[in-house]
Amino acid sequence: MDWPRIRSDFPILDQQVNGFPLVYLDNAASSQKPRAVIQTLSHYYERDNANVHRALHELSNRATEAFEAARKKAAHFIGAASEDEIIFTRGTTEGINLVANTWGTQNVRAGDVILVTGMEHHSNLIPWQMLAQRTGATLKYIPVLDDGTLDSDAIENLLTEQVKLFAFVHISNSLGTINPAKELIAKAKALGAVTLLDGAQSAGHMPIDVRDLGCDFFVFSGHKMCGPTGIGVLYGRMALLEAMPPWHGGGEMILSVTMEGSTYKAPPQRFEAGTPDIAGVIGLGAAIDYLQAIGLENIQRHDHNLANYAMQRMSEVPGIRILGPQSGHRGALVAFHLDFAHPHDLVEFANSHGVAMRGGHHCTQPLMKRFKVPGTTRASFYFYNTIEEINSLVEVLLLARKFFT
Amino acid sequence: MLSDDLRDLYQQVILDHSRNPRNSGELPPPCLHAHGDNPSCGDEIDVWVRVGENGHIDDLKFTGQGCAISQASASMMTQKIKGKSKDEAAAVREDFRRVVMGDGAPANEDALGELILLEGVQKFPQRVKCAMLAWRALEQALEGK
Repeated sequence: MDWPRIRSDFPILDQQVNGFPLVYLDNAASSQKPRAVIQTLSHYYERDNANVHRALHELSNRATEAFEAARKKAAHFIGAASEDEIIFTRGTTEGINLVANTWGTQNVRAGDVILVTGMEHHSNLIPWQMLAQRTGATLKYIPVLDDGTLDSDAIENLLTEQVKLFAFVHISNSLGTINPAKELIAKAKALGAVTLLDGAQSAGHMPIDVRDLGCDFFVFSGHKMCGPTGIGVLYGRMALLEAMPPWHGGGEMILSVTMEGSTYKAPPQRFEAGTPDIAGVIGLGAAIDYLQAIGLENIQRHDHNLANYAMQRMSEVPGIRILGPQSGHRGALVAFHLDFAHPHDLVEFANSHGVAMRGGHHCTQPLMKRFKVPGTTRASFYFYNTIEEINSLVEVLLLARKFFT
Repeated sequence: MLSDDLRDLYQQVILDHSRNPRNSGELPPPCLHAHGDNPSCGDEIDVWVRVGENGHIDDLKFTGQGCAISQASASMMTQKIKGKSKDEAAAVREDFRRVVMGDGAPANEDALGELILLEGVQKFPQRVKCAMLAWRALEQALEGK
């Protein structure tokens, strides 16, 4: 793989920040965009912009065609049986809220258990807390072990026939843990639970096949995988989608409307009220094309090498505590705590050297409490990052040690 | 090669206060107390204040966790405010706010003393809330706001 050439597809990476070459290591928060995606967006606005599905004119035809082509791409990208199982959302958060407010409201009752894990992002936690409060269901958590993996003994006890829904994160944004999704889903399904997999950190980083995984719902965001912000996908198995009531009402989602009531379209349109983020969808399609041209297996391997190298080099920094699995089997991120600097001070210091990282609780406050840290600093990688950039990061951590102690 | 802005932000005095906070701990009751936090970054400060019969702040202490700026600001605040009347404390707080936000000249710069070293925060707008955290808690404790 010609990674340097691939890196040059990202114009934003070629700049100085505070007098240093930009080292962008905040990819778990949002990835950068290749020229192919940026050009697709400007081409759409310069040539094809119109509302979709409604008009009969040329521009609307072009926009609709590109929009629906992106739905096919997204379906292929995650191995869905049909593009009708792809619902466009604003992102992972909205996808989960959609499930909680439609399938959840329809199916979850007092006494039911909603099972999550102790490493969920707030986006896969708060919607279920709200659903539990609304319905009288109980929210239970699978504990996280010291090594950042799920407690498998506890899973045996917590995964019971009372579990109506099991929702969990594929790759933890705070630990880098890759959960054994297929195995967990199979266990939950055997007990009759519906499963939702949060793919915010896995989509675009590894091949995804929802039918092989066996999940009922899969959610991800476009902007973390080279696509535009404001667009994401909710995949749902058709049998479930068909039985679900709509969430937002409005145009595009109705069959017929009278003053007395309305009938709704089949999925996915039932769940896509109003004018969608057309450019976002088309941009997401371009991102998927781009990633598939590189190959998700190649990206996964490169991610893995970067994370491994980073773990190895960062362990050399005195006073560092790396959270999550100590083995190389982890997602493309390393979250850590330094005994000599608070995450915000470190992030500020790194920024003054051109290194972009994130410090804080990473929207996983219960997990920070679990590991007794006020927050961590996170370096997260994508395929355009380099070994040299990780060397720069380590150099900055050593400089920070001198500065703060 | 460090930027001057960063050196200004993290001066030795500030780092020293963050590593060795003065007046760290709790005061036994009866005293005033307030808790402050920055939900976006997780920094926390608890401030305990004892106001004497003459209306002066006889003692104050703090506990907390957070970045060097929030902890140093709290430590320096306790030193500066001890012995002051409520009105004097409010005046210092307002001057300090102006300095860290770059919002006009302080009315009495001399009264700020060492606190003026936190002026560097001006260049880092996202850190203003760190510098102000303890001061907001103090205000809350004194005025029940």
